[in-house]
Amino acid sequence: MSGSFDIIVVGGGHAGLEAAAAAARMGASVALVSFSRDAIGAMSCNPAIGGLGKGHLVREVDAFDGLIARAADHAAIHYRMLNASKGAAVRGPRVQADRRRFKSAIHALIDAEPGLTIIEGEVTSLRLNGRTVTGVELGDGQKLTSAAVVLATGTFLGGKLHFGMTSCAGGRVGERAATALAEQLKELELPLARLKTGTPPRLDGRTIDWGALERQPSDDGDWTMSSLSGGRVAPQLFCAITRTNQNTHEIILASLDRSPLFAGEISGVGPRYCPSIEDKVHRFGDRDGHQIFLEPEGLDDRLVYPNGISTSLPEDVQLAIVRSMAGLERAEIVKPGYAVEYDYVDPRILEPTLQVRDVEGLYLAGQINGTTGYEEAAAQGLVAGVNAAAAVAGRAPIIFDRSDSYIGVMVDDLVLQGVTEPYRMLTARAEYRLRLRADNADARLTPKAIDAGCVSEERTRAFEASRAERKAVEDALTRLVTAAQLSNVGVAVREDGVRRSLAEWLRFPELDAEGLLRVAPELRGRNLRELEEAIQDHRYAPYVARQQAEIVKLRADEAVRIPADLDYAAVAGLSNEMVERLSVARPSTLGAASRIRGVTPAALAAILVHSRRAAA
Amino acid sequence: MTPDTIFALSSGSPPAAIAVVRISGPHAREALVRLGGRLPEPRVATLRTLKEPDTGEMLDRALLLWFPGPASATGEDLAELHLHGGRSVVAAVLSQLSDFEELRQAEPGEFTRRAFENGRIDLTEAEGLSDLLMAETEGQRRSALAMAGGALSRRIEEWQRQILALAAQVEAALDFSDEDDVEAELSSGWRGALCDLVAEIRALLERPPSERLREGVRVVIAGPPNAGKSTLLNALAGREAAITSPVEGTTRDVVEAPTALGGVPFLLTDTAGLRESGDEVEVIGVARARERLAEADLVLWLGDLAERPPGNVIAVKSKADLDQNRGPEDIAVSAVTGEGLDELTAMLRQRAGDLLPQEGEVALNRRHRRQILEAVQALEEAREAHDLIVTSEALRQARLALDRITGRAGVEDMLDALFGTFCIGK
Repeated sequence: MSGSFDIIVVGGGHAGLEAAAAAARMGASVALVSFSRDAIGAMSCNPAIGGLGKGHLVREVDAFDGLIARAADHAAIHYRMLNASKGAAVRGPRVQADRRRFKSAIHALIDAEPGLTIIEGEVTSLRLNGRTVTGVELGDGQKLTSAAVVLATGTFLGGKLHFGMTSCAGGRVGERAATALAEQLKELELPLARLKTGTPPRLDGRTIDWGALERQPSDDGDWTMSSLSGGRVAPQLFCAITRTNQNTHEIILASLDRSPLFAGEISGVGPRYCPSIEDKVHRFGDRDGHQIFLEPEGLDDRLVYPNGISTSLPEDVQLAIVRSMAGLERAEIVKPGYAVEYDYVDPRILEPTLQVRDVEGLYLAGQINGTTGYEEAAAQGLVAGVNAAAAVAGRAPIIFDRSDSYIGVMVDDLVLQGVTEPYRMLTARAEYRLRLRADNADARLTPKAIDAGCVSEERTRAFEASRAERKAVEDALTRLVTAAQLSNVGVAVREDGVRRSLAEWLRFPELDAEGLLRVAPELRGRNLRELEEAIQDHRYAPYVARQQAEIVKLRADEAVRIPADLDYAAVAGLSNEMVERLSVARPSTLGAASRIRGVTPAALAAILVHSRRAAA
Repeated sequence: MTPDTIFALSSGSPPAAIAVVRISGPHAREALVRLGGRLPEPRVATLRTLKEPDTGEMLDRALLLWFPGPASATGEDLAELHLHGGRSVVAAVLSQLSDFEELRQAEPGEFTRRAFENGRIDLTEAEGLSDLLMAETEGQRRSALAMAGGALSRRIEEWQRQILALAAQVEAALDFSDEDDVEAELSSGWRGALCDLVAEIRALLERPPSERLREGVRVVIAGPPNAGKSTLLNALAGREAAITSPVEGTTRDVVEAPTALGGVPFLLTDTAGLRESGDEVEVIGVARARERLAEADLVLWLGDLAERPPGNVIAVKSKADLDQNRGPEDIAVSAVTGEGLDELTAMLRQRAGDLLPQEGEVALNRRHRRQILEAVQALEEAREAHDLIVTSEALRQARLALDRITGRAGVEDMLDALFGTFCIGK
């Protein structure tokens, strides 16, 4: 095996996989280093992929020909479109994935990537020349050389597991923590801080009384996570719902002194939106119960993931909690839940390419940047991978923008605002979400991906066919009709005598897809995906236009570069707080500076003056 | 991308000897021509009469300067209007400019910012200017806020908090509707809170604006010809502001006399006598009189009570020296003998009390009103919307509008509100 690569990716989780595969798609020679080949593609937490905001990320990674959506479709044993009754912009496609099928799909996809080599081993240190990365060193002393390294080590950095009041070092259960690497990052003066996350106990599905529980079947329909997937391949299972009750809450409250969270053992900050069950009961004790989703982990897997009772209480308490709930009276715990504390690097030291600002060639992606979730990790992996490949090839960076993608929103949030809790994507974070839909991810991003050389021929062809289909839909939508014509087919719009194109009529909520097909039967033969995309585009067109004006204003500020070494302390009139935030985040443009919390328009003017002076 | 065309009063607040209004951007040329006729020679001060383009009404005789871009202070087409520095003149010109669709009021510091962006200020100048600029823009913002003694900013912060809370509920319904703690639809309580907020903001917008303190309560003297309107104006103003004569129809145009009565500012306006006339000029004068009547805070009506205009009116029996009989009017005055004038003054001051912002009360200036109006319109859109995504977008627009007054409230603030209220997450 050759010890020299363009890019070395450390970590075989969602971030590392997408980074390695994206760089390989762009023609780079890539080594993916993982503790073991078998750990690659493991889903370490819940079996769900996608969801609100997260489904957008999955589709966006897919638009760049990424792995996660295709593997999710192969593994999906339950499809659910969250927010199906609401506007398309906030709909969240989500699947429950069979762990084994997911892992095997991932292995098949990366094995098909000729430029990608898997190396088993522990990366103990980065090889550096000054502040330029030259490769990595493995635990067995092997030295690998590369022009760029992507660190996607998840929770393995300084990881500490808590089972009740006992704790031990480690990332996931049964694996070692990459403590040596954490030490080196500290020496590089990368700012580290601690976060925590948790996982619920896994139940034995054979001990659950499914008949006593409300079922949630898989969605009808044939939508998929990836636009390349032909359909649903695995058998579909149902999930079930149970609830905590007063008895559950009393058990938890009586045991709080045995929780490392409440006994002060855990110093890291946990996510507000994914609180442990003890947190929920402690903070919202007035509620009489919390919903718990029972999600099967696989087709031939007895494990069931009880979503909603993430906990670090001792195992005996966990069992009492579980058995206090309907349908779980005789349930057995296979693996207890635990909390994990880990180091993350303050992502404000990163460029929008996810390269560390002052360490040439070092990229960070995934939980190491303070995020949580497979989807967030995968999206960052993509960003780091394509940019590492572009940099190695001497090409311009591939920047995602807040107005073109959720990926852009996330990267911008991370590098400018940093994190105070594990960062999770929410549609609320995307101010331009009316235009950023899960169903138009390809239209938004695949052209950019094709330009970047990150897309297979197969996907390019599929995309071109899809655009041709969309064009045909658009042509049909130019036809002018009157309100009377719509009324004739049962679409009750107000008669105002105006002839409008079908596209314009779509702004009226009275005209839905069915009505459209009645008034324009020529659309019946058209592909539903492109038709639905067009309907949603036109429905929100006036709002999107208003946002476009806002974006144009923003772009003007994005054109103003701020020198990387600007001394904010020397800029007259900035408050100490502003100086601190700006100095850490080092916004590269005036537009980025304007998005940092607490930076006023007056401060921006002062920064502008100094930037101009420094540029001279 | 084409930048907006912006305008602002660039000199200090009126009254002053002169007031300088600047217009910068691609439509500056057009605005200048529409107000002042032909385009002046570049960089040559030119005296022109500024007229309202639609009515031809004279706004001021002003010195105009035209600096075609990029060789201008902002690097764009730039016009300067050197006006007489009276409050009403400046207000009239600014209001005319805001009526031009392509123009908008500049944000604080925006001219300077454009100058920097277009590289018009050299680097040494820029260095020296940055402190000054800081003081200027921050000072403007502070003074605007201080005007209301902090009451306005507190009020706006409270609105922001309420909008954030409303937005948090919408976002919870959008992002967490699969969880049982969160309703998929908005509650009637949510709607009620939004309606209350809209009503509160609308009520504040109805309040006497702070300009009344500077510009005076608008008192319009109106009535049929030869009722003694101009004589009354002169008597109240204590000077010969309007020409008086026994000839009917002497006053053909609007005459304004800013006057302080017992420390209370008034803008007394004399108008042409209201009658049907064949005289073209007089017809225009009567039309203007009616416009002013419509905008008046208070009307002194010198005519038949049956024809008095609606609104806040004091019916005045004029020429009381000629007819000693007390009529049904509110008051009888004689500008000749001075009879009833003190009483009328007292009456005006008493009525003005309700029309001026009270000490310590929140008063809105034009800029605040513009933003707040934008915000409340967005809130009304949120109230009417049937689609949660549109509701949320409208609430975001409302927050953006208020942000332009106080500073910003970003997504993180909204998330704080969200997670503080709901138990969400699995």
